[in-house]
Amino acid sequence: MTKDLNGSDTGKKNYANTAYADGPWTLPGERVRLAEDVPLPLDCGVELSAIDIAYQSWGELNADQSNAILICHALTGDHFVVGEHPITGKAGWWETVVGPGKVIDTDRYFVICSNILGGCMGSTGLQSNNPETNTPWGRDFPVITIGDMVRAQKRLIDHLGIEKLFAVVGGSMGGMQTLEWACQFPDHVFAAVPIATAARHSAQNIAFHEVGRQAIMADPDWCKGNYLAEGKFPHRGLAVARMAAHITYLSEPALTRKFGRNLQDREAVTYGFDADFQVESYLRHQGSSFVDRFDANSYLFITRAMDYFDLANRYDGHLTNAFKDTNVRFLVMSFTSDWLYPTHESREIVHALNAGAANVSFVEIESDKGHDAFLLDEPEFHKVFEGFLEGCAEHRGLERNGS
Amino acid sequence: MTPDNPTAMRVDLQLIANMIDPNTRVLDVGCGNGALLEYLWRNKQVDGRGIEISTEGVQACLSSGLSVVQGDIEKDLSNYPDDAFDYVILSQTVQAMMDPRGVLEQTMRIGRRAVVSLPNFGYWRLRLYMLLHGRMPVSENLPYEWYNTPNIHFCTIRDFVRLTRHMNLTIEQSLFLDEAGTSKTIGSSTAAANWFGEQAVFLLRK
Repeated sequence: MTKDLNGSDTGKKNYANTAYADGPWTLPGERVRLAEDVPLPLDCGVELSAIDIAYQSWGELNADQSNAILICHALTGDHFVVGEHPITGKAGWWETVVGPGKVIDTDRYFVICSNILGGCMGSTGLQSNNPETNTPWGRDFPVITIGDMVRAQKRLIDHLGIEKLFAVVGGSMGGMQTLEWACQFPDHVFAAVPIATAARHSAQNIAFHEVGRQAIMADPDWCKGNYLAEGKFPHRGLAVARMAAHITYLSEPALTRKFGRNLQDREAVTYGFDADFQVESYLRHQGSSFVDRFDANSYLFITRAMDYFDLANRYDGHLTNAFKDTNVRFLVMSFTSDWLYPTHESREIVHALNAGAANVSFVEIESDKGHDAFLLDEPEFHKVFEGFLEGCAEHRGLERNGS
Repeated sequence: MTPDNPTAMRVDLQLIANMIDPNTRVLDVGCGNGALLEYLWRNKQVDGRGIEISTEGVQACLSSGLSVVQGDIEKDLSNYPDDAFDYVILSQTVQAMMDPRGVLEQTMRIGRRAVVSLPNFGYWRLRLYMLLHGRMPVSENLPYEWYNTPNIHFCTIRDFVRLTRHMNLTIEQSLFLDEAGTSKTIGSSTAAANWFGEQAVFLLRK
């Protein structure tokens, strides 16, 4: 059972007993076993053989397989992009963008999204069995990188028989994967749309992640990472990690607009430490609902993967060389109030691409909704995004919409 | 404009397009809605890029299949490598810059050639307007008042030619547009062009 921040049972199930402890895999979508013959090499030096990748797809692949779009999800996202989420019951995380007649038009494109390697929604990760011991990997799972996630996705795309993706798109950590795709597999990507992201994780972002990790590891129920075996779950630590992170996804104006200094179900402050303010109550809810659907160790490992992300590092610090002679068409987008991945980090990507004479477009979208703007109803963002895909479709020889 | 009907394009844009060889790399600085870039792409198979400050302009360009970076010309040109383009276009742009000479220097650095179009403040009607009214000219082509005009660095054709000499640039081709919209070559004496040209277009080389 999930406990609230004061340790009382909320009566709800948490991630540990919803997704795995109940027995065999039951979530909707597809799951394939890959890398059985040729193991997947990881950046840390380990090789993984026989990995499972859970994914969903929408729309139809056309005859010449030129209309496939791969969506890369963010840190706490998954492949339940649209439709009811099997665990939370809420709408998919990108309903604003994906669907029939929407920006990523499922009537027109074949749209794929897979749970990342190291994720906790069906792809091989910390809760999967280590084939050598036949017990869950837990903390012994190799530390994966954004590059590893993308190499696993490439195996899936190969498995689906798609030679060249029409587009790879994603926001935040999904944007990092998008950049990796363009860097590692430029001949297999026609267009790339990295949104609200950066070519390397900043010191400030590493710092925020460290706060979250320390919160998890400070929870006695984390059991040095061994909580599943001990029948426990570090819900309080993970909830605090989520609360701290959630603040970074918003903006001061958005918080003020939504909550101001309004009090929660009371007329006056209580001179105590209950959630007097609405914003506190909101954050507590964000934290406690997060533990219902996410694994604590996965959170540690995925945040680490983001921290390690530094695309230029592999090219002696020259980001331009990460995209040398690329034919990929890029659209880079940022949001004015995003202080987690501020516009100047997107501009660095654009400058590097320009310096290499790459085909790049860039727009900074006016929004006060912070980093999460890419998930929300932002008409200008959607128009620009749709226009770019429309233009690319013409260059790719796909029929124009309505024609 | 539609690509099939190039006559509908702004006259100075058509003159610029005529100066550009097919199958070249072009950067249009301040490309607006991308009309010129789209024309060059569809009719001259040009590999075009744009810089535009307005979101609406960038959006229009992207929908047309063009590649455009939203940005500030005076800050962003420095990020492009030397000789990155065969042509860099400044259409009706230099006069709106804080530092026109700096922008022209950057333009000549990143492009092998530049095509510059500008309004001519030496045009006789503008001179007469000032002479008779004693006020800054407002006309169909220059509809702004002095306090809200984006054109903060007006020059005449003669002024611009003088700047190109200071910068040791070669004028490969130069045209002016008279009030009938007819284009004529600017001769070695700039006098006629400076009196009768409403606009001018220059093809420059380092």
